[in-house]
Amino acid sequence: MPVKTDAVGKQWPATAYEVGAEKIREFADAIGADSPLHRDRDAAKAAGFRDLVAPPMFCVVYSARAMGPAILDPEVGIDLVAMLHGSQEFEWDEPVCDGDVIETTATCKEIYERDGKGFYVFESVSTNRDGRRTVKGTWTNIVRGVS
Amino acid sequence: MKLDDLKQGDVIPELKVTPDKYLPHRYAGASGDFNPIHIDPEFAKAVGLPGNILHGLWMMAQVARGAAQLADGDPRALRRLSVQFRGMGFPEQELVVSGTVKAARDGRVVIDMVGAQGDNRVIRNAAAELSLS
Repeated sequence: MPVKTDAVGKQWPATAYEVGAEKIREFADAIGADSPLHRDRDAAKAAGFRDLVAPPMFCVVYSARAMGPAILDPEVGIDLVAMLHGSQEFEWDEPVCDGDVIETTATCKEIYERDGKGFYVFESVSTNRDGRRTVKGTWTNIVRGVS
Repeated sequence: MKLDDLKQGDVIPELKVTPDKYLPHRYAGASGDFNPIHIDPEFAKAVGLPGNILHGLWMMAQVARGAAQLADGDPRALRRLSVQFRGMGFPEQELVVSGTVKAARDGRVVIDMVGAQGDNRVIRNAAAELSLS
Protein backbone atom coordinates (compact mmCIF):
# COMPACT_ATOMS: atom_id res chain seq x y z
CA MET A 1 0.00 0.00 0.00
CA PRO A 2 1.24 3.51 -0.69
CA VAL A 3 3.18 5.26 2.01
CA LYS A 4 1.16 7.31 4.53
CA THR A 5 1.95 11.02 4.34
CA ASP A 6 -0.42 12.40 7.01
CA ALA A 7 2.41 13.36 9.33
CA VAL A 8 4.16 15.73 6.94
CA GLY A 9 4.46 19.09 8.69
CA LYS A 10 3.88 17.61 12.15
CA GLN A 11 6.08 19.05 14.87
CA TRP A 12 6.71 17.34 18.20
CA PRO A 13 7.11 19.09 21.58
CA ALA A 14 10.58 20.44 22.35
CA THR A 15 12.82 18.38 24.63
CA ALA A 16 15.61 19.70 26.86
CA TYR A 17 19.01 18.12 27.43
CA GLU A 18 21.49 19.13 30.16
CA VAL A 19 25.03 18.91 28.83
CA GLY A 20 27.60 17.55 31.31
CA ALA A 21 31.37 17.26 31.30
CA GLU A 22 31.52 13.52 31.92
CA LYS A 23 29.13 12.80 29.06
CA ILE A 24 31.21 15.00 26.75
CA ARG A 25 34.33 13.05 27.76
CA GLU A 26 32.56 9.70 27.35
CA PHE A 27 31.29 10.62 23.90
CA ALA A 28 34.65 12.02 22.80
CA ASP A 29 36.28 8.74 23.87
CA ALA A 30 33.69 6.65 22.04
CA ILE A 31 34.26 8.45 18.74
CA GLY A 32 38.00 8.85 19.17
CA ALA A 33 37.99 12.65 19.30
CA ASP A 34 41.17 13.06 21.30
CA SER A 35 41.48 16.85 21.48
CA PRO A 36 42.12 18.11 25.04
CA LEU A 37 39.33 20.66 24.43
CA HIS A 38 36.84 17.86 25.12
CA ARG A 39 38.58 16.66 28.30
CA ASP A 40 40.44 19.50 29.99
CA ARG A 41 38.41 22.48 31.17
CA ASP A 42 41.46 24.76 31.35
CA ALA A 43 42.49 23.89 27.81
CA ALA A 44 38.99 24.63 26.52
CA LYS A 45 38.87 28.01 28.29
CA ALA A 46 42.35 28.89 27.07
CA ALA A 47 41.10 28.24 23.53
CA GLY A 48 38.24 30.70 24.03
CA PHE A 49 35.36 28.40 24.95
CA ARG A 50 33.27 29.23 28.02
CA ASP A 51 33.86 25.71 29.35
CA LEU A 52 34.69 22.15 28.32
CA VAL A 53 33.42 21.85 24.71
CA ALA A 54 31.70 18.94 22.97
CA PRO A 55 32.73 17.54 19.57
CA PRO A 56 30.26 18.63 16.84
CA MET A 57 28.78 15.11 16.50
CA PHE A 58 27.71 15.29 20.17
CA CYS A 59 24.56 16.75 18.65
CA VAL A 60 23.30 13.19 18.16
CA VAL A 61 23.23 12.80 21.94
CA TYR A 62 21.16 15.86 22.75
CA SER A 63 18.93 15.54 19.66
CA ALA A 64 18.06 11.89 20.32
CA ARG A 65 15.29 12.51 22.81
CA ALA A 66 13.54 14.82 20.34
CA MET A 67 13.94 12.43 17.39
CA GLY A 68 12.75 9.30 19.23
CA PRO A 69 9.09 10.30 19.57
CA ALA A 70 9.00 11.45 15.96
CA ILE A 71 10.36 8.22 14.51
CA LEU A 72 8.16 6.10 16.79
CA ASP A 73 4.98 8.10 16.21
CA PRO A 74 2.25 5.79 14.82
CA GLU A 75 0.93 8.72 12.83
CA VAL A 76 4.21 8.69 10.91
CA GLY A 77 3.88 4.95 10.54
CA ILE A 78 7.48 3.78 10.19
CA ASP A 79 7.97 0.01 10.32
CA LEU A 80 11.01 0.02 12.58
CA VAL A 81 12.13 -3.49 11.66
CA ALA A 82 12.38 -2.47 7.99
CA MET A 83 13.94 0.96 8.66
CA LEU A 84 17.45 1.93 7.68
CA HIS A 85 19.24 5.19 8.25
CA GLY A 86 19.62 6.46 4.69
CA SER A 87 21.38 9.77 5.00
CA GLN A 88 22.18 12.46 7.51
CA GLU A 89 23.13 16.10 7.46
CA PHE A 90 24.13 18.51 10.21
CA GLU A 91 24.76 22.25 10.02
CA TRP A 92 26.53 23.55 13.10
CA ASP A 93 26.43 27.02 14.64
CA GLU A 94 27.19 27.65 18.33
CA PRO A 95 29.56 25.20 20.03
CA VAL A 96 28.05 23.24 22.92
CA CYS A 97 29.73 23.28 26.33
CA ASP A 98 29.44 21.73 29.79
CA GLY A 99 26.53 23.40 31.60
CA ASP A 100 24.53 24.20 28.48
CA VAL A 101 20.87 23.24 28.30
CA ILE A 102 19.95 22.42 24.73
CA GLU A 103 16.36 22.42 23.52
CA THR A 104 15.55 20.44 20.38
CA THR A 105 12.42 20.40 18.25
CA ALA A 106 11.73 17.79 15.58
CA THR A 107 9.53 18.26 12.51
CA CYS A 108 8.53 15.85 9.78
CA LYS A 109 9.53 17.59 6.54
CA GLU A 110 8.81 15.06 3.82
CA ILE A 111 7.48 11.57 3.25
CA TYR A 112 7.68 10.05 -0.21
CA GLU A 113 8.01 6.78 -2.04
CA ARG A 114 10.65 5.74 -4.54
CA ASP A 115 11.40 2.27 -5.97
CA GLY A 116 9.02 0.64 -3.51
CA LYS A 117 10.76 2.24 -0.53
CA GLY A 118 9.39 4.88 1.83
CA PHE A 119 11.57 7.93 2.57
CA TYR A 120 10.97 9.79 5.84
CA VAL A 121 12.76 13.10 6.25
CA PHE A 122 12.87 14.82 9.64
CA GLU A 123 14.44 18.09 10.63
CA SER A 124 15.71 18.85 14.13
CA VAL A 125 16.62 22.33 15.32
CA SER A 126 18.53 22.77 18.57
CA THR A 127 19.08 25.97 20.52
CA ASN A 128 20.86 26.87 23.74
CA ARG A 129 19.38 28.92 26.57
CA ASP A 130 20.63 32.13 24.96
CA GLY A 131 18.34 31.29 22.06
CA ARG A 132 21.25 30.62 19.71
CA ARG A 133 21.09 27.71 17.37
CA THR A 134 23.62 24.96 18.00
CA VAL A 135 22.71 22.62 15.14
CA LYS A 136 20.16 21.86 12.48
CA GLY A 137 19.86 18.21 11.55
CA THR A 138 18.22 16.57 8.54
CA TRP A 139 17.54 12.89 9.21
CA THR A 140 16.49 10.61 6.34
CA ASN A 141 15.22 7.15 7.13
CA ILE A 142 14.35 4.58 4.49
CA VAL A 143 11.77 1.85 4.97
CA ARG A 144 11.98 -1.09 2.60
CA GLY A 145 8.94 -2.71 1.06
CA VAL A 146 6.27 -0.08 1.59
CA SER A 147 4.33 -1.00 -1.52
CA MET B 1 48.58 20.43 5.37
CA LYS B 2 47.06 23.67 6.59
CA LEU B 3 43.40 24.49 6.14
CA ASP B 4 44.18 27.93 4.71
CA ASP B 5 46.46 26.49 2.05
CA LEU B 6 43.97 23.99 0.67
CA LYS B 7 42.89 24.31 -2.94
CA GLN B 8 40.52 22.50 -5.22
CA GLY B 9 41.75 19.02 -6.07
CA ASP B 10 43.94 18.58 -2.99
CA VAL B 11 43.74 15.14 -1.43
CA ILE B 12 43.45 15.38 2.36
CA PRO B 13 45.29 12.99 4.70
CA GLU B 14 43.40 9.76 5.30
CA LEU B 15 42.03 8.95 8.72
CA LYS B 16 42.20 5.26 9.63
CA VAL B 17 40.45 3.69 12.60
CA THR B 18 39.72 0.10 13.53
CA PRO B 19 36.79 -0.16 15.95
CA ASP B 20 37.44 -2.93 18.47
CA LYS B 21 34.89 -5.62 19.29
CA TYR B 22 33.30 -3.63 22.13
CA LEU B 23 33.38 -0.19 20.54
CA PRO B 24 29.68 -0.51 19.57
CA HIS B 25 28.83 -1.07 23.24
CA ARG B 26 30.76 2.00 24.34
CA TYR B 27 29.20 4.09 21.57
CA ALA B 28 25.74 2.77 22.49
CA GLY B 29 26.30 3.92 26.05
CA ALA B 30 27.68 7.28 24.99
CA SER B 31 24.99 8.02 22.42
CA GLY B 32 21.96 6.29 23.89
CA ASP B 33 21.42 4.17 20.78
CA PHE B 34 20.99 0.64 22.07
CA ASN B 35 19.48 -0.81 18.88
CA PRO B 36 20.44 -4.50 19.26
CA ILE B 37 21.60 -4.78 15.64
CA HIS B 38 24.69 -2.87 16.78
CA ILE B 39 25.49 -4.75 19.99
CA ASP B 40 23.97 -8.23 19.81
CA PRO B 41 25.41 -10.56 17.15
CA GLU B 42 22.64 -13.13 17.65
CA PHE B 43 19.90 -10.56 17.23
CA ALA B 44 21.64 -9.16 14.16
CA LYS B 45 21.83 -12.61 12.58
CA ALA B 46 18.20 -13.31 13.46
CA VAL B 47 17.19 -10.27 11.38
CA GLY B 48 19.35 -11.31 8.46
CA LEU B 49 22.61 -9.47 9.10
CA PRO B 50 26.01 -11.22 9.06
CA GLY B 51 26.70 -9.99 12.60
CA ASN B 52 26.33 -6.84 14.64
CA ILE B 53 26.94 -3.75 12.50
CA LEU B 54 28.48 -0.40 13.34
CA HIS B 55 26.29 2.58 14.20
CA GLY B 56 26.01 4.78 11.10
CA LEU B 57 26.42 7.90 13.22
CA TRP B 58 29.64 6.52 14.70
CA MET B 59 30.98 6.12 11.16
CA MET B 60 29.75 9.63 10.36
CA ALA B 61 31.70 10.86 13.39
CA GLN B 62 34.85 9.36 11.85
CA VAL B 63 34.21 11.33 8.66
CA ALA B 64 33.74 14.43 10.84
CA ARG B 65 37.11 13.72 12.48
CA GLY B 66 38.72 13.20 9.09
CA ALA B 67 37.63 16.69 8.08
CA ALA B 68 38.26 18.35 11.44
CA GLN B 69 41.84 17.08 11.62
CA LEU B 70 42.63 19.73 9.00
CA ALA B 71 41.84 22.29 11.71
CA ASP B 72 43.63 20.35 14.46
CA GLY B 73 40.31 19.12 15.80
CA ASP B 74 38.95 22.60 16.55
CA PRO B 75 35.22 22.02 17.12
CA ARG B 76 34.39 25.42 15.62
CA ALA B 77 35.82 24.57 12.20
CA LEU B 78 33.30 22.01 10.96
CA ARG B 79 30.19 23.89 9.80
CA ARG B 80 28.33 21.25 7.86
CA LEU B 81 28.54 17.56 7.09
CA SER B 82 26.20 15.50 4.95
CA VAL B 83 26.57 11.76 4.36
CA GLN B 84 24.79 8.86 2.76
CA PHE B 85 24.88 5.48 4.44
CA ARG B 86 25.15 2.38 2.26
CA GLY B 87 25.84 -1.21 3.15
CA MET B 88 27.09 -2.31 6.53
CA GLY B 89 30.13 -1.50 8.62
CA PHE B 90 31.65 -4.07 10.98
CA PRO B 91 33.73 -3.97 14.15
CA GLU B 92 37.33 -5.21 13.96
CA GLN B 93 37.71 -4.02 10.35
CA GLU B 94 39.67 -0.91 9.44
CA LEU B 95 37.62 2.10 8.34
CA VAL B 96 39.46 4.51 6.04
CA VAL B 97 38.14 8.05 5.67
CA SER B 98 39.43 9.92 2.64
CA GLY B 99 38.62 13.15 0.87
CA THR B 100 39.37 15.54 -1.94
CA VAL B 101 38.90 19.30 -1.79
CA LYS B 102 35.97 20.28 -3.99
CA ALA B 103 36.18 24.03 -3.45
CA ALA B 104 38.17 26.48 -1.38
CA ARG B 105 36.95 30.07 -1.44
CA ASP B 106 35.38 32.85 0.62
CA GLY B 107 36.76 31.47 3.86
CA ARG B 108 35.19 28.02 3.39
CA VAL B 109 36.57 24.70 2.25
CA VAL B 110 34.24 22.02 0.88
CA ILE B 111 35.57 18.47 0.83
CA ASP B 112 34.10 15.43 -0.93
CA MET B 113 34.58 12.49 1.40
CA VAL B 114 34.15 8.72 1.58
CA GLY B 115 34.35 6.15 4.37
CA ALA B 116 35.26 2.61 3.36
CA GLN B 117 36.12 -0.74 4.87
CA GLY B 118 38.14 -2.40 2.13
CA ASP B 119 36.09 -2.02 -1.03
CA ASN B 120 32.91 -1.49 0.95
CA ARG B 121 32.01 2.20 0.84
CA VAL B 122 29.81 2.51 3.89
CA ILE B 123 29.72 6.30 3.80
CA ARG B 124 29.25 7.77 0.33
CA ASN B 125 28.65 11.12 -1.27
CA ALA B 126 29.77 12.86 1.87
CA ALA B 127 30.45 16.58 1.85
CA ALA B 128 32.17 18.42 4.68
CA GLU B 129 32.33 22.17 4.95
CA LEU B 130 34.99 23.83 7.11
CA SER B 131 35.40 27.49 7.86
CA LEU B 132 38.76 29.15 8.14
CA SER B 133 38.09 31.68 10.88
